[in-house]
Amino acid sequence: MRRFLATALFLSSALPVLAAETKGGFPPFNASTFAGQLFWLALTFGTLYLLMSRVALPRVGAILAEREATIESSLAQASKAQAAAEAEAQGLEQALAKAKANAQAIAQEARTKSAREIDAKRSAVEKDLAAKMVAAEASINETKTKAMGNVEDIAKDAVSAIIEQLSGKAPTAAAVTKAINAARGE
Amino acid sequence: MAQPGTIDPIHQFEIQKLVPINLFGFDMSFTNSALWMVIAVAVTTLVMVYGSASRSIVPGRLQSLAEMAYEFVANTLTGVTGREGMKFFPFVFSLFMFVFAANMLGMIPGSFTTTSHIIVTAAFAMLVITVVLVAGIVGHGSHFFGLFVPSGVPGWLLPFMVLIEVVSFVSRPISLSLRLFGNMLAGHIALKVFGAFVAALLGAGAAGILAPLPLLLAVALTALEFLVAFLQAYVFTILTCVYLNDALHPGH
Repeated sequence: MRRFLATALFLSSALPVLAAETKGGFPPFNASTFAGQLFWLALTFGTLYLLMSRVALPRVGAILAEREATIESSLAQASKAQAAAEAEAQGLEQALAKAKANAQAIAQEARTKSAREIDAKRSAVEKDLAAKMVAAEASINETKTKAMGNVEDIAKDAVSAIIEQLSGKAPTAAAVTKAINAARGE
Repeated sequence: MAQPGTIDPIHQFEIQKLVPINLFGFDMSFTNSALWMVIAVAVTTLVMVYGSASRSIVPGRLQSLAEMAYEFVANTLTGVTGREGMKFFPFVFSLFMFVFAANMLGMIPGSFTTTSHIIVTAAFAMLVITVVLVAGIVGHGSHFFGLFVPSGVPGWLLPFMVLIEVVSFVSRPISLSLRLFGNMLAGHIALKVFGAFVAALLGAGAAGILAPLPLLLAVALTALEFLVAFLQAYVFTILTCVYLNDALHPGH
């Protein structure tokens, strides 16, 4: 508004002087130039409109659209790659967990297997030892019985020898056996 | 021509024939005005066509400029009219770029500001209103004139309201053309006046000591005029968008 006022003030003060000075008055109001200005304006603005609407604007619009599409597809690609990487990492983690479980199972199996083997060996040894002990006990018993049999013979010999010393006459074997059995029978 | 030493701020608006051309009895001479129109178109074309020629995904300087201009006008247009307004995009874009380039080129010392002539701004305003009328009538038929009939107004008031709406519609091209014309004209006159003050004071002996004062003002005004050159192109464009919005959505 102030600019309008300034213009109006200026024109009202300057115009009368200027009208006298310049041919044809105030140039913007000189109607003889209107046709030429309109002609050149139509020509230049028409050219500009054609250049902009046919060449420049579709091209710039295409550039902007292409950039948007590029950015969008790049972003989509990036998020896809990220998802793939995450899936891969998850897969690796799973494989690792599986391998760990496997290793544990194998270790466990080996442990139980070796324990079983040791158990089997120990029981075999124990059985063997027990059998040997039984055999040894049997042999001791046999030896003992055998020795006890020998003791009777020795006692018989000793009895007959003692009696021979005392009576000067050797007793019969049957009498000695009878006497010993009688003594045992007490 | 003014005598040396006197202030003649109007001389810069004079149209000078560079190449006299006469077509069908009309004076169609190639003038300084026509020359600067051609330069405005050439500069805009350089940025928009040459700048976008490489079609690179990562833009260079000129392509950035072209994209910035594209997005600026596209955002302005869709912000006011919505997506449907994009069919007028080439028109609105050409309008903005022409007015903006003409205003900015006018800031070059010794150049000619084509938009400081009322016939040019009036032609643009009439073009805008014609496009609005044609688009409105083609798009909505007689329904377009519902624009002049506000809803929710008591019956006895309606004739007055319609009258006011019609007057406001008719005054649109007038205000549109006068705003741009007045701003460019006044700004350039003010610049010239303060510039001439500096020269006059320097030539006036002891008073020359005061010469920096109008010089400072001229510098400040130059900065302001650059802002105005952009702002008026923007205002012209956004008002065009607002009027186009009426043609696209006539209901109040």
